[in-house]
Amino acid sequence: MVATAAACTDNSTGSNGDDSRSIAVESSATTCKLSATSAPAGTLRFNVRNTGSDVTEFYLLAKNKTRIIGEIENVGPGITRNLVVRAATDTYFTRCVPGMKGDGITAKFTVTKTDGPQPVLANAALLDTAMVTYKKYVNDQVEALTPATRRFAAAVIARDDDAARAQYASARMHWEAIEPVAESFGDLDPRLDLREADLEKGQEWTGWHRLEKDLWPPAPEANDGKTYVPLTDAERKDLADRLVDDTVELEQRVKALVLSPDQLGNGAKELLDEVATGKVTGEEEIWSHTDLWDFQANVEGAREAFTALTPVLKVTKPALIPTLDERFAKVQALLDSHKVGDGWKYYDELDKDQIKALADAVNALGEPLSELTAATVS
Amino acid sequence: MGADISRRALLGTAAGAAALGATPAVLAAATGSADGSGGEVSAYGGGSPSSGSGAAGSGVVAFEGRHQAGIVTPAQDRLHFASFDLLTDSRGRVVDLLRRWTDAAREMTAGRPVGASGALDGPADAPPEDTGEALDLDPSRLTITFGFGAGLWNRDGRDRYGMGAPPSKLIDLPHFPGDKLDPALTGGDLCVQACANDPQVAVHAVRNLARIAMGTAGVRWSQLGFGRTSSTSTSQATPRNLFGFKDGTANIKAEEREALDRHVWVRPGDGDPAMVDGTYMVTRRINMHIEIWDRTSLGEQENLVGRQKGSGSPLSGGDEFTPLNLSMKGFGGAPIIPVDSHVRAAHPDLNGGARLLRRGYNFTDGSDGLGRLDAGLFFIAFIRDPAEQYVPMQTRMATTDRMSVEYLQHTGSGLFAVPPGADGPRDFVGRRFFD
Repeated sequence: MVATAAACTDNSTGSNGDDSRSIAVESSATTCKLSATSAPAGTLRFNVRNTGSDVTEFYLLAKNKTRIIGEIENVGPGITRNLVVRAATDTYFTRCVPGMKGDGITAKFTVTKTDGPQPVLANAALLDTAMVTYKKYVNDQVEALTPATRRFAAAVIARDDDAARAQYASARMHWEAIEPVAESFGDLDPRLDLREADLEKGQEWTGWHRLEKDLWPPAPEANDGKTYVPLTDAERKDLADRLVDDTVELEQRVKALVLSPDQLGNGAKELLDEVATGKVTGEEEIWSHTDLWDFQANVEGAREAFTALTPVLKVTKPALIPTLDERFAKVQALLDSHKVGDGWKYYDELDKDQIKALADAVNALGEPLSELTAATVS
Repeated sequence: MGADISRRALLGTAAGAAALGATPAVLAAATGSADGSGGEVSAYGGGSPSSGSGAAGSGVVAFEGRHQAGIVTPAQDRLHFASFDLLTDSRGRVVDLLRRWTDAAREMTAGRPVGASGALDGPADAPPEDTGEALDLDPSRLTITFGFGAGLWNRDGRDRYGMGAPPSKLIDLPHFPGDKLDPALTGGDLCVQACANDPQVAVHAVRNLARIAMGTAGVRWSQLGFGRTSSTSTSQATPRNLFGFKDGTANIKAEEREALDRHVWVRPGDGDPAMVDGTYMVTRRINMHIEIWDRTSLGEQENLVGRQKGSGSPLSGGDEFTPLNLSMKGFGGAPIIPVDSHVRAAHPDLNGGARLLRRGYNFTDGSDGLGRLDAGLFFIAFIRDPAEQYVPMQTRMATTDRMSVEYLQHTGSGLFAVPPGADGPRDFVGRRFFD
């Protein structure tokens, strides 16, 4: 164990060397010691070390002692975590809450004037508006998902396979557009959206992809060498009914959900992750090859989150707006080039260069999109 | 030829005495494994383990011993792993191959070339016996570890070599959720794990063993690894994987004798006499979705792993080696080590006390044609009973560990029986299966 201390000397934290804006905080069971009680305006870094034996939290509060400018939670005993926060010239309060109980230990903290430009802070009212805007979009999608799923299920049960195939991808778009929210219910997600490759041994397979396989039955060579056995009428009805029931439950639960500001930016990032790992590779819709429908829906959902956050970004990080606008447009132009009627080309109709171009556009968008959360909420 | 001599000269006599950088600490390490655990007789280095090169050093690790080397041997920096398909129906040719492999491994791990005439001493009109790229290089702590896949006992329902029943713990691994195994990167009848501190020494070993096997066994797949992702000795600092996190903090270490006996070495009561003092090796080629990982916030990365990125401390506090407190509550009453974190899913308390000896390596095999690195972790674990120790743990990780579900994809797999070490200069690895 002699070596552990030395292990991170070379490539450690990469400090920016701005000591006056770097404040050490020691949070014990009874004290909250800061290395400085003031700092120049700008990006401040509080290095919060927990010297107590309970979990602690640290807050930077506005001068009304109520509004949270920044917080770092879950600092375990012996652990150091950083709170990085932009602060303009004003009076603030710092607060440690050892044991995460009680009023904590609060002290005044002053941010002094500097010559440089003043940092601009996210406005709570703007963030609230963004959340309302985005939640309405989420609600609209989940409301549209239920009837579309009912129509699909009815076609499945009636064995009108052409109609079912036609409705499969377009119905799923309402799911894919809000996937990070929809997936947040750990019990519903596997029931609705599990892929065959994701099954645990002995686990029952239900949901969209089970029916997908029955509508696009694979040849034995695409099915582990086994002849695919079609579902019986009774099995189809059971699976279709459960798909509808689970979707109705999903709608109720999504509508009751209260989003937090970071869920917009993180959700947008996760939607692009979904595109990058599942859709660009054709792994999501392995039987129907309707991956570009999902792709379009994921991108739309991410763009909605970005659009909702744009008024916030105008204040906090306006430079990000044209970058994201341009890269969303690039992805959309590529998707549009594969449009066929109301839908898109099937994944297996795309050639290698076309897939590579889509992958590059997704990476180009995903990278700046991952800045969205920090740019809007911290 | 001069180069060859310089290698020998450096090493001293053929007895393989610890010649390089032998310090009292090194000698203590040698004494500590005198019973053959890992066959450590040599320097692990004039350099301190904190120099960043892991089991730094250029010396010799003994090939013979009660256990094969390359298991509890402090993990070297580089890996070349190869899996082979047997191409023959002749039991005699398989035995001959294992003898020749053992002899070649004995020479190469000692820093000597393969064959009586080596790379330079043969006739001018014949190709050299040894391929020569390890001339002038140190032994670099090369270890060569052999394993046997189920195909040695049974291929397509046929016992090609009259072997009888395979070792009872050599199971078929099930499909785990999320697996996307490439048959061209999976399985194999025989395997070779070559580890060294110099990548060229490891590649030289596999290349020459593959050459020796021509006609009897052919390479099915192989894997290069460039950075060890586990420490197998308390003398080593914990290295980082390609997610940037320390990996293998809770690994079984060579110094933990009781844990090795309980979790790694096959024992006389286990029902497989030929495997006693051997072990089983699970290999998994685990691709990391590193591009989307890199877009994940630091706080989220730490929650996915359950440890701090810098120090490796569990989120429940302390330093890297502080035990996890799985019940400690954080914000909102939720466990401070999240329920879907990697360290929780892998923790022995949730896996019937099971622990692994991990010896994996980072890999990058170019890119995947979609502008992404084909990169990840080549996972290697040595365990006494795969069905008990590995299958439940991997099932749990593939379902409840969000890092595994969202950021990892298993693309290759292997399970091999690793027989005990060669017992003296006339023995060959795996002999007990053919007696």
